Amino acid sequence: MTAVTERRRIAAPSTAQRIRNWILNPWGEPRGLVVITWIYVAISIVPVVVAIMFSFNAGRSVTAWQGFSLTRWYLDDPRSSVIGDPRLQHALLQSLKLAGLTMLIATPLGVMLALGLARWRGRLASASNFIMLFPLVTPELVMGVSLFLVFVNLFTFIPLGTTAQVMGHVTFSLSYVVVIVRGRLFSIGRQYEEAAADLGATPWETLRLVVLPLLLPAIFSSLMMVFAISIDDFVISAWLSCGSSCDTVPIRVYSSTRGAPLPSINALATVMVAMTLTAIGIAWVVHRYMTRGERRTGKQGGMTQAMGAFDL
Amino acid sequence: MYPKWLWPVFAVPGVVWLILLFLVPFYAVIGVAFGGVDPIFLNAVPNWNPLSWNYDVLLTTLAGFLPGNQYWGIFLRTVVYVALALTGSLLFGYPVAYYISRHARRTKMLLIALIVLPFWVSYMMRMLAWVNLFSPSGFVNKFLLWTNLVQTPPDWLGGNHASVILGLIYGYIPYLILPLLAALDRIDRSVLEAARDLGASPASAFFHVTLPLSKPGILGASVIIALPMFGDYYTPTIVSGSPRTTMIGNQIDIFFHGGPQPSVGASLTMILSAFLAVLMAYYMITIAKAQKEVAG
Repeated sequence: MTAVTERRRIAAPSTAQRIRNWILNPWGEPRGLVVITWIYVAISIVPVVVAIMFSFNAGRSVTAWQGFSLTRWYLDDPRSSVIGDPRLQHALLQSLKLAGLTMLIATPLGVMLALGLARWRGRLASASNFIMLFPLVTPELVMGVSLFLVFVNLFTFIPLGTTAQVMGHVTFSLSYVVVIVRGRLFSIGRQYEEAAADLGATPWETLRLVVLPLLLPAIFSSLMMVFAISIDDFVISAWLSCGSSCDTVPIRVYSSTRGAPLPSINALATVMVAMTLTAIGIAWVVHRYMTRGERRTGKQGGMTQAMGAFDL
Repeated sequence: MYPKWLWPVFAVPGVVWLILLFLVPFYAVIGVAFGGVDPIFLNAVPNWNPLSWNYDVLLTTLAGFLPGNQYWGIFLRTVVYVALALTGSLLFGYPVAYYISRHARRTKMLLIALIVLPFWVSYMMRMLAWVNLFSPSGFVNKFLLWTNLVQTPPDWLGGNHASVILGLIYGYIPYLILPLLAALDRIDRSVLEAARDLGASPASAFFHVTLPLSKPGILGASVIIALPMFGDYYTPTIVSGSPRTTMIGNQIDIFFHGGPQPSVGASLTMILSAFLAVLMAYYMITIAKAQKEVAG
């Protein structure tokens, strides 16, 4: 008897229950979560794709499609394309200049700092470590204001402009380099250096022939990462800008959003996105190549940390 | 095996750099806040001597934060914007992180790549995209008119509170999802299996095991995005530009670039930093702990 009533109850679920079961789906992926996740992915990516699409608009509108033109807003338009408009062209060069210089200064400085802080013991070392963490948590506005004030009032021998901008960029990217390189240092351990020392290498030889090659993947990632965060930076560049001749791509994009933007701004932003993604893509591929054979299998979250980089 | 002086020598250039370009600049903010202003050129006359600091400007500025005074409205608006944007980001971001960490199998790598992607698309590009979509003739209004949901196209970019909050969510949610995902990935699945074996329903296993275990991740991720949101001034400018939606960051920007009152701006910067000190300390302790764990 009991078996029969049981079967009947399972056989006739109400419509509401059926819909509820379909969404909760106890035997597999909960479909509600699937829907939310893909909606999020769409919302986060589609607007950017649309903006990139309008950089190929044949007309002057960024909201109405007027036909396809591959190069009008990049090269062809004599007055307002990225190449034709001197302000846009200058902003692109300025961004590249800042990112390149920042990359070349911040990476060696950060690698040395990471090595020093990882091994140096004592109260001064803890204090230095504490200072190193500060730029990671300080809101950019606070950093921008303080750098602006120090260049205007104290380091008056350095005028606002490219030099000041590079110095600001190095300051906020230094800590990221330290975090990346230090992670690598801890993951390779000290056994290789100890082996080298046992085999008679001098400290200098150990550093040059053991530590440096082992750190190369992290050094390369740092170079690319610094390039990417420097080229995307708005706040520090804006506060240390000397006026329109120091404008970077993000500053140009920012100031044109309030007016009536032309598709050339979308083209400029697209170039910037392409450069960032290329840098990060190269970093990822090269990092994978350099650390092949080192990956521990089955470790979840490794990729999240490698790609999402620096937050924790 | 290495000489004792080697590591300090390695660290010195970087530490000196940070002292000169991070700590000293902060002292410059204090010096300007406690200094005077040139009566003719209106530029700051910083005061580097702590003994002769002039606290008047800071105290007046601080008094402006009292209910009903000059900055009270802006302060309240900033806090409400950040709180709503944070809540929105969590309500939307947590399920996404949870799904990717717990359920996505074949699509996990693809989804992680798609979640990381906005990280590397510059903030300004994403804001430009947002502005294009929400402009009076943009796709959003076209869609709303097409569906007859509205008869007159709403003005999204002319001082709309909702636009600023949505803009903040859109701008910062990637930075929330990624640490949340990492935190959820760290939860040991055997704890969940134990809960289920002991008779917990999926829902109660979630509320009694997963959610409490992900609390540090939620707090950390919230702090990660709350800090830059409190210092944000470009998002409200881009998506609204109206004085009705100014945040504390806009006020600081105005005091330096609008009608220059550097000592008031420096005081506001100090007050903002002090207000955020608790969040910053929490975040720094988390990072330091994570580093210790890595170092073993």
